[in-house]
This record gives sequence, C-alpha cells and structure tokens, in this order.
Amino acid sequence: MMHNPTLRRASLLTPAIAVILLLIGVPLCLMGWISLLGKGTSSGVDWASLPSVANYVRLVWEEDFDGTMILNSSYLVIFLRSVVLAAVTTIFSLLLGLPVALWMAGLSRTGRDAMLLLITIPFWTNLLVRNYAWLIILREDGWVAKSVNAISPFGPVQLLYNDTAVAIGLTYSFLPFMILPLYTVFEKFDWRLLEAAYDLGATRKRALRRVLLPIATPGIMAGSLLVFIPCLGAFVTPALLGGGKTLMLGNIIQMQFGASRNWPFGASLSVILLAAMLIVMTAMALLRNRRTA
Amino acid sequence: MTDASVPPAVSIRNVSKSFGKGIYTVPVLDDVSLNIDRREFFTLLGPSGCGKTTLLRLIAGFETANAGTIAIEGQDVTAAPPFHRPVNTVFQSYALFPHLTVEQNVAFALVEQGLAREAIRTRVGEALEMVRMGAFARRRPAELSGGQQQRVALARALAPRPRVLLLDEPLSALDLKLRKEMQLELKQLQAEAGITFLFVTHDQEEALTLSDRVAVMQAGKILQMGPPREIYERPTHRFVADFIGDINLLEGEALPGGGVRLGPGAVVPLTCATPGKVTIAIRPERARLATVGEGTLDATVIHSAYLGTAMLHKLGLPDGSTFLLRQSESSGPPPETGSRVGLTLPGEAIRVLLQ
Amino acid sequence: MNPRRFPFTREISLAVMAYLYVPVVVLIAYSFNANRTATIWTHASVSWYGRILENPSIQAAAWNSLVLAVCAATAATLLALLAALSTRRDFLGRGAAETVLNMPLILPEIVVAVATLLLFVALGVHLGLTAMMAAHTAFCIPFAYLPIRARLDGMSGTYEEAAQDLYASRFRTFRRVTMPMLWPGVMAGFTLAFVTSLDDFLTSFFLSGPGTTTLPVYIFSAIRSGISPEINAISAVMLVVSVLLVALSFFLGRLRR
Ligand SMILES: Nc1ncnc2c1ncn2[C@@H]1O[C@H](COP(=O)(O)OP(=O)(O)OP(=O)(O)O)[C@@H](O)[C@H]1O
Ligand SMILES: [Mg+2]
Repeated sequence: MMHNPTLRRASLLTPAIAVILLLIGVPLCLMGWISLLGKGTSSGVDWASLPSVANYVRLVWEEDFDGTMILNSSYLVIFLRSVVLAAVTTIFSLLLGLPVALWMAGLSRTGRDAMLLLITIPFWTNLLVRNYAWLIILREDGWVAKSVNAISPFGPVQLLYNDTAVAIGLTYSFLPFMILPLYTVFEKFDWRLLEAAYDLGATRKRALRRVLLPIATPGIMAGSLLVFIPCLGAFVTPALLGGGKTLMLGNIIQMQFGASRNWPFGASLSVILLAAMLIVMTAMALLRNRRTA
Repeated sequence: MTDASVPPAVSIRNVSKSFGKGIYTVPVLDDVSLNIDRREFFTLLGPSGCGKTTLLRLIAGFETANAGTIAIEGQDVTAAPPFHRPVNTVFQSYALFPHLTVEQNVAFALVEQGLAREAIRTRVGEALEMVRMGAFARRRPAELSGGQQQRVALARALAPRPRVLLLDEPLSALDLKLRKEMQLELKQLQAEAGITFLFVTHDQEEALTLSDRVAVMQAGKILQMGPPREIYERPTHRFVADFIGDINLLEGEALPGGGVRLGPGAVVPLTCATPGKVTIAIRPERARLATVGEGTLDATVIHSAYLGTAMLHKLGLPDGSTFLLRQSESSGPPPETGSRVGLTLPGEAIRVLLQ
Repeated sequence: MNPRRFPFTREISLAVMAYLYVPVVVLIAYSFNANRTATIWTHASVSWYGRILENPSIQAAAWNSLVLAVCAATAATLLALLAALSTRRDFLGRGAAETVLNMPLILPEIVVAVATLLLFVALGVHLGLTAMMAAHTAFCIPFAYLPIRARLDGMSGTYEEAAQDLYASRFRTFRRVTMPMLWPGVMAGFTLAFVTSLDDFLTSFFLSGPGTTTLPVYIFSAIRSGISPEINAISAVMLVVSVLLVALSFFLGRLRR
C-alpha cells in the first residue's frame, strides 16, 4: 500500500483525468489545428497543406468565379439564427421555469421530492425520442395541425419545419436545466424575508421585485447558461423539427463531416461554436463577479 | 496506589499539538504530561475548545503529536496507527455503522482480531448483555433511540477488551434523566470490566461524581490534576476554582509579616510565599455567619433563598462585591434581608490562588 | 397570506408539466395504435412491439447499445469512484481536477463528437464499438462522479475512524465500511452513466462503423425516412427503460441517508 497521501491521491485521480484529457482535451486541440488545414481528396483532411486561416475567411467571404472576394451571408445567417433561437429558448424557459420553481419551493417535502423527480426524468430520457414525439404531434396530418387549420383565418398553416417548431422543441428539451438551479435558490430562500417585506407595507409585486428577484438572480444566471449553451450547439432538434430548412450551427457542422466531407471547414465551424460558448460563459462570469464585488 | 514496577495505563510525556501551517498555526495542546493508572476512571474536564478531544484523538491515533511521546501500558505508541493501539473509543456521535446490525457492529473489532466464529458469538452476547441490549441484536442503529445507540457504542468498544477506553462526551447527546442513569451505569461497567476509562466532559458535576481523578484543562494546558475532592476543596488556580462549583473569589494583599488583608481591618491569617496582590477563594458552605464586628468582615444581607436543607444568602461586602454563603439549617436562625451581619472566613477553608 | 404562494404559479406549473409529459404520453399511446398510417386511431394493439422484436437490425442495434452502455458505464464508474475518493479532502489543484472531471458536461456534444472522430481518424483507429466505448467512457465520467461525490460528502469521516479504532487496517476499513456505505452512490452513479450512454445519439452517430449502429442511431435514420409505428414502439421502449433506471438511481441516492 502507498502510505504517502500525495502519491496515493495522484494515482487514484490520474486515470479519470487522463481518460478525459486524452479523449476530449487532445481531440479539441487537434481540431483547432485541423481547422487551419486544407480539405483532403481521399480522406477528409489534407495533412500536408500549409496552415492558414482560409477556413475562417470562408465563413464570411466567398471567392467569386473571377477571383474577387464577395460577402457570403449564408453562414452568418445560420450563426445568427443559432444565437437568436438559443436566446429565445432561454427567455421562454425563464418565463416558464420561474413560476414552476417558485411553486415547487412552496410545496411540502414529499411534493417537492416528487416534482424534483418529475422535472429530472425528461433530462435523462432520450433527446431524440422526445423530439420525435413533437414530430408526431405537429406533423401535417396530425390532429393538432388539422384543428389549427380548421380555425385558422390565414388558410393552412405549417406547424412543422420552421423556427417556431425548433424553438418549441428546444424549450421542451432544455427547460429542466432552467427549473433546477432556480429551484435550488428558492429552496434555500428564507421566506420570512418576504413576510418582513409585506409587513413593511410592500405590495406583492414590489416584494417580488425588490426581495425575490435579487435573490433569484444567481439561479437565473446559472439556468440561462445551462439552457443557452446546449441550445447553441443543438443538432437533434433542428434536424428533426427544422426539417433541413431551419439549420443551426450543429447541423452545418454535421454536414461538413457527412455529405460535404470538408473536415477542416467543419473543424473551423466547431471552433467558432466553442469560441461563442466561451465568450458567453466569460461574460456571465464577469457579470457575476461585478455583482458580488 | 501507584506501583513503580507496573507502567501506567496511559503515559503522556510533554505532548504538544498544533494545527495549520506557517502563520496559520493554531497551538492546541501545550506540553501536556499525565499518567493514568490502571483501572482508573480518569476525566479530562475543561471548557469548549480547550483541547480535550484533541488529546483523546492523539491517544487513539487519529492525530499525530508535534512533540512528546504517548505510551500505553509501557508500550510506546506515539507513531502507531489507530488499528495497532490497544485502545477503543466511544465517539460523541456514536459512529455506529449504519449498514450493519447491532450485533455486527459489536462484532466488528472481534472479526478484525481474527477470533473464531463461536468466540465472537459469545463475546458479542456478553457485551450486549452487559449493556442490557441483548434483545436488540438484530436491529439497525437507525432503529434505536439515542440512549440505546449509546449503549451499543459502549458494547462495541468494550467487546474487544481494550486496555483503555476513551470516551468523548458520550453522554452529551442524552437528556438529563437518561444522562444521570447512564452515568451510574458507566461507573458500574467500569468496575465490572476492570478497564481504564479516559472520559472527556465539560460538565463539572459529571466529572466530580464519576471520576477517580480529574484533570482540569484550559487553553491546551492541564492546570490541576487530582481526586475530585481535592479539585473541589483545594483549587490551585483561579480558573479551576471558578470553573468548578460556586465559589467566592476575593482580592487581597499578602502582607510581608504574614496574613492577607482583604480590606481595612480585615486580615485573615494566611501565609503566602510572596507579598503583593493575591486572590483567595472560599466555598459558600465553608464561610460562617457571626455577629456584627466579630467576624473577619462585615456584610449586608441582600437576598436569601431557601434550598431545602440549607439557605443561600447573597451578601454585599464593603468594597461593593457580593459574597455567597450557604447556611445549613442546624446553624441557627437565618438573618433578615437588609440586616448587617458578620462574616467569618476560617483560615483552613481559604485557598490562595494562582492566576 | 402565505408568502410562499404566488398567484398563477400553480396553473403555470401544471401547464408546464403537461408540456413536458403530454408528448411522451402521446408517443406511447400511438405505439399501441394498430393502424399502419400512424395518424388514424383504429384500436389498441401490441403488434408493433412484436414487430420490433422480430426485426434483426433493431435486435442488433439494441444489443450494441446494451454492450456499449454496460462497458462504458462500468469503466466510467470505476474511474469516477477512484477520482471521487481522491478528491475527498481539499488539496492544491483540487479545483482544477474537478473542472477537468466536469468538462464533458459543459462542452457541446457535437463539438466533442467530431473532435473525437478527427482524433480517431488521425490515429487510424478503426471506427466501431471499441471507439464508441472509449468516447462514451470519457463523457460518462462526470455522470458517475457526481452522485458518488455527493454520497461521500454526506459521509462523515468518523465512521472510518471508528473502523480503524476497532483494529481495521486502511484496506479493511475501505472494504468493510467505506465501500458498503458508498455503495448506493456508486450504484446511482453507474445507473446514470448507463442511461447517459444508452441514450447517446451524437457521439455514436459519428463514431459508429458499419454494423455497429446503436439504437438511437438506428431510430434517427428511421425517422429520417418517415414516421412509422415501429419507431413509436421502439421509442416508447427506450423512454420507459430510461425512466425506470433514473427512478431507480434516484431512490438509490437517497437510500439510508
Ligand atoms: N483539525 C483541526 N484543524 C484545525 N483546528 C482544529 C482541528 N481540530 C481542532 N482544532 C482546534 O483545536 C482547538 C481544540 O479543539 P478540541 O476539539 O480539542 O476542543 P474540545 O476541548 O474537545 O472542545 P469541545 O468541548 O467543544 O468538544 C479548537 O480551537 C479547535 O478549533
Ligand atoms: Mg470535543
């Protein structure tokens, strides 16, 4: 047996850390490198090509047939759509999640446990299957579409394969991520503070705004991050409910590794996605530090 | 009582312990030495944070001392891990293994000692009988009351027949009635099992009723060590006197020619090593009432309380301080509230204290 | 006036629960629909379940998923257990170690999946079950780690001290006290890692080779070619299995607390 505690700790910790670094850390670095290389003919990557930022330039500029560079907005549009959809989903989740978390926190112990289980279960069930369920509900020949169309004054409406369908699916997929951190905050909240606020003559609305919201802010920030980040990289929901029309970053990344077979370009798109995610996380961290400072 | 040829059950020599590193170092035990005799019921008494638990943990082997040695029955265990020390601990929180039954808990150490199954069974039975928990052998700790868990913890620690049993405030989680019961049982158990007990408490009454000897600790040091009666009647330090029971502390001045002056014309016949300011102590039941002018001091009765077999008087002294006096029923009628009385402080009842 | 009650929170909560669960119920209901054109309800039947049992590609995919989940969850749980034991006390670099351990939770899965694909192709690793096992093990580690850590955090060190006091060596203490008390946490961690691996689609989608499709990858390509009652049935099975496993891990986590 090893009696040196540092040695013992290191030998216990190393395997897990090594597995994660080798299978996640190293690939990410490699991906960064490949994003600078050219497209290969037989395999996806031309290993011999000189590193350049051509793949990143391609995101915005396109070479015209006579060699001049012209603006190509198609990737920008997709990027923007991803950000907007992620933001909209975050706001939806907040609007729905806040009342749920508040209500849960006021329940009895068993009630809270039961709700906690009910909120966590969707998180652990297959994302693909859950989005597929929406496909069934919203499809053209389904009873939802039929009843909507029957009363719609604008003629037949397409429920599926548009931004709204993707937003519904994304909110559905990631709502639990918003509810759980909010609930954690409210569960620890000392409700006598609110009573005190009422005693001091605050109306319910004012009490909510002046007492509850400031306390909920850390939960709101954590929840927003937990919803926004996976939304930004979503693939399954837009692939199923966007139907090839409402594309997001995840879909065009997948295309580069599938049909287009341009791996270095796919790598550069992934790097962009990672960078966007890091920027959002850093901004959140800065915001939090300013609040606590 | 002490036989030089038999090494003491526990011998602690100049043990010091501090936690933390560098500027964060917190000294917890400062040059502690003590001997505990075999079959003795020895108690560490002191206020919260004085280092009692730390001393116990050093003996059990959960902490290592920065300096000094620890020996158990003459065998140096300073560097030995807990599982090589012939001592067992009754934890304050009991620490009964929740995944094992009462029986399995008590058998835990016996299995480690490699006893045969039959032997284990009889020993577990005996230990549980000793604490009258035989009927609960198959239960889990969560299904027992606090007092029952306490008994199981005792049985578990006694079953392997340790040389010394360490008990860290084992009764503090119990309510008052159960606590009194368990105190008696502990004392009985110790006599029956013939094992040395090292007991930790911050309850002075508990310490005095149970122990053969008591060590009073303060801020990592042992101030005074001795039988309960001695600690009670002849405290050496102001802290000890104040900590144990009710006591009157008076400031005075030791005179060069002998005697201590407590005020104008009030001199008690005591001899002090060095002249100068001293504190003297006297228990409420050792002072006596006298007629005005005939005692050591004159005082005013501020308040009296009837205690059943005695009266407790609160007296005001000339310098403005108060004095408690316990008057037994046989010693005459009680004085009226507000009346002037004399106060006699017998020289043999007065202790001169170290700071 | 109860300060804990807010107007409409109850109604909104019930609506949200409906939002979360109605699609699931609809899906399961449709899986029992006898009609081929999944739209029209004729009468209840379990024939589609019989159909998926007979479908050899579904059988193969299910078997792959199962083998993958068992291997990845076992490896991840073992690694997570060791890591959790070593991060029990504070030490220099503990924060950094935990960040690395939780890294798979924050990173977008699609990025990690394609990055791993790039690594395997660059190294010439054959895509298939082994490649998926390695990748799944890596991202399952935090799912196993968190419940074990939670259990350890709730476990006072006094029990281990008591065991050592009762003559158990460090190893015996681990075997007789630490491990049995930690066991529900380990099982909860294993279950969550298992569910995570079983449900994973993206990583398997990029790393599965010919003949090593997993169930989610099969479902995805089947959905691509249109809604069918078989997909409803197999999806319903996946849902129910996940829910049962998560409920199990939830109860394991609270066992004897
Ligand atoms: N592991 C540790 N690290 C740092 N400081 C410690 C540690 N253990 C104890 N101390 C400090 O040592 C001092 C003595 O602690 P100890 O537990 O021995 O006191 P105690 O006399 O048993 O008190 P109590 O009656 O409250 O149990 C305390 O000031 C405590 O804060
Ligand atoms: Mg203590």
